[in-house]
Amino acid sequence: MKLHEYQSKQIFSKYGIPIPKGKVAATAQEAKLIAEELGSRVVIKSQVLVGGRGKAGGIMLAKTPEQAEEVASQIFAIEIKGLPVRKVLVDEAAKIDKEIYLGITNDRAARRPVMMASAAGGVDIEEVARNNPEQIIKVHIDPLLGLRDYQSRDIAAGIDLPRELWRMFGQIAASLWKVYIDCDATLAEINPLVITSDHQLLALDGKMVIDDNSLFRHPELAEMRDLDVEAPSEIEARKYGLSFIKLDGNIGCMVNGAGLAMTSMDIIKLFGGEPANFLDIGGGATADKVSAALRIILSDSNVKAVLFNIFGGITRGDEVARGILTALEEVKSDIPMVIRLVGTNAEEGRAILRNADMITAGTLVEAARKAVAVASGEQIR
Amino acid sequence: MSILIDKNTKLMVQGITGNEGLFHTQQMLTYGTNIVSGVTPGKGGEWVLNGKIPVFDSVRIAVDATGANTSIIFVPARYAPDAIFEAADAGIELIVCITEGIPVQDMMRVRNYIEQKGARLVGPNCPGLLTPGESKVGIIPGDIAITGNIGVVSRSGTLTYEVLYALMLENMGVSTCVGIGGDPINGTNFIDCLSLFEEDLHTDRVILIGEIGGTDEEKAAEYIATHMSKPVAAFIAGQTAPPGKHMGHAGAIVEGGSGLAVDKIRALEEAGVKVAKHPEEIPSLFS
Repeated sequence: MKLHEYQSKQIFSKYGIPIPKGKVAATAQEAKLIAEELGSRVVIKSQVLVGGRGKAGGIMLAKTPEQAEEVASQIFAIEIKGLPVRKVLVDEAAKIDKEIYLGITNDRAARRPVMMASAAGGVDIEEVARNNPEQIIKVHIDPLLGLRDYQSRDIAAGIDLPRELWRMFGQIAASLWKVYIDCDATLAEINPLVITSDHQLLALDGKMVIDDNSLFRHPELAEMRDLDVEAPSEIEARKYGLSFIKLDGNIGCMVNGAGLAMTSMDIIKLFGGEPANFLDIGGGATADKVSAALRIILSDSNVKAVLFNIFGGITRGDEVARGILTALEEVKSDIPMVIRLVGTNAEEGRAILRNADMITAGTLVEAARKAVAVASGEQIR
Repeated sequence: MSILIDKNTKLMVQGITGNEGLFHTQQMLTYGTNIVSGVTPGKGGEWVLNGKIPVFDSVRIAVDATGANTSIIFVPARYAPDAIFEAADAGIELIVCITEGIPVQDMMRVRNYIEQKGARLVGPNCPGLLTPGESKVGIIPGDIAITGNIGVVSRSGTLTYEVLYALMLENMGVSTCVGIGGDPINGTNFIDCLSLFEEDLHTDRVILIGEIGGTDEEKAAEYIATHMSKPVAAFIAGQTAPPGKHMGHAGAIVEGGSGLAVDKIRALEEAGVKVAKHPEEIPSLFS
């Protein structure tokens, strides 16, 4: 789950990381009031959960409160990569000498957190990593020991930070580590961390990603979720504990297990079709879960066929079959459906569906072929 | 005939009195797994499954009383890291964690701790292991695999069942199947299993089932090219997955252009691995 810049910076500030003075506005008028209050040049920043806000015209400077209002209303009027701007951050404009990068993320391969820093801040760090990897200093952190002071010093020296800033940098690095741990972040990033013209360090921008699996112990963070970045069907699916991702194709998929769900999508594509979604109904799915899943799939008007691929293990074929019947009674759909049911209680499941108007398949390949055929309007039984 | 688990496995079940724990304990018992004890804090002294298996309050007491050398964990995500620490601390050699949804920072601490203890963890977020005809430590349906000489290692659950089933339909048997799990940070990885299969006298070929996310398949490819004499076939799921989204598994995500299926397939093919277009094609790659 991604946090907005203003949310990340509020958290940073709580942990003692210096951030610019500023406030969030939901209207252009509010932006004006905040600019008046700050009494200085301000920067108005759209709060949307995508990169490239600056290039899209979502970040602008304003010299006066009137200009702040005007600029803010322009920003509220645009969409950035398809997302509406609902809030802007009005920050005091900083006098910048130099921009650096500082972040912590999980290094999957090393199975440890890694702190990364670069003297080339303020730009897309992934691009720096691709084109000039030598400009990034990486220090792995022992998860049982935490970040040690000497590591922060090594990083400061590694990016040629002036010595008089090392102590302050060390405090910021230690605070960022604490943020990363306390919030179960998978990314905590300050980009840029600037050296101001009066030789202070200031976190101008902030980005955090929170581990979804940790939200059970962070109810306050869970509340910060921005639903704009998710399709309504994805939000609905989460209510039922379904793992669902909307795609652009026309063949709806209902599968148990993430790997098998991805595979079912891949096979549809292999035989010339396009999947409309990823959906894992999970292990031990019950009839009402299955019925919710089918409703969500059929709510997509692109869907021209549905493929069920159920390999019973913990999930029982008869339970899934009952869910399908319930859903079909509620939804009344004439969209063709192809079903493949194997494993635990598959026989019983097939018996339950005997009178339902469904196309059956024995193998995954056969199921995918049939789904692709009926989606393009062919008649098969 | 196998790696990691066999007839001599003495299994303990952590979380044995929970719904899932109890259900799968019964399933494993029916399969013939030697289950010696269970652990649920606060329920020590009870017996489950008609008095067949004693329950203890802690792993250490269960180990002392019953000599368990392997543990399987069916404990909810918020308590699972503690269960793993407890098992490692009590000297359990092989810990299998089925639990899905453990926070990744917990897994980094777990992983670094068990390395110090010299324990081996399989999982989390995995279906466990199956050595057909001998022992089942996990939730893989027992009736979809027969005894044989093919080693299977997989990041997935039901996709693995699909492959086992396809093999069985062709009368091809399995030495051991290991589900290493779909989390970004896990205990045992592909290379660990490949090296065990390479050494196992009764395994003569190996199937690797990977998916998008991370670079473990690429590393496995490098290992196969330099260390494996036995033929390896593979399947990689997620070729049509959009970037930046977790595809069900916490670890199945394409990030910043890394973790793509196409890169994994290329790396494996360059290492001489035959990569199937779909799981049902796998048996034919060995003939």
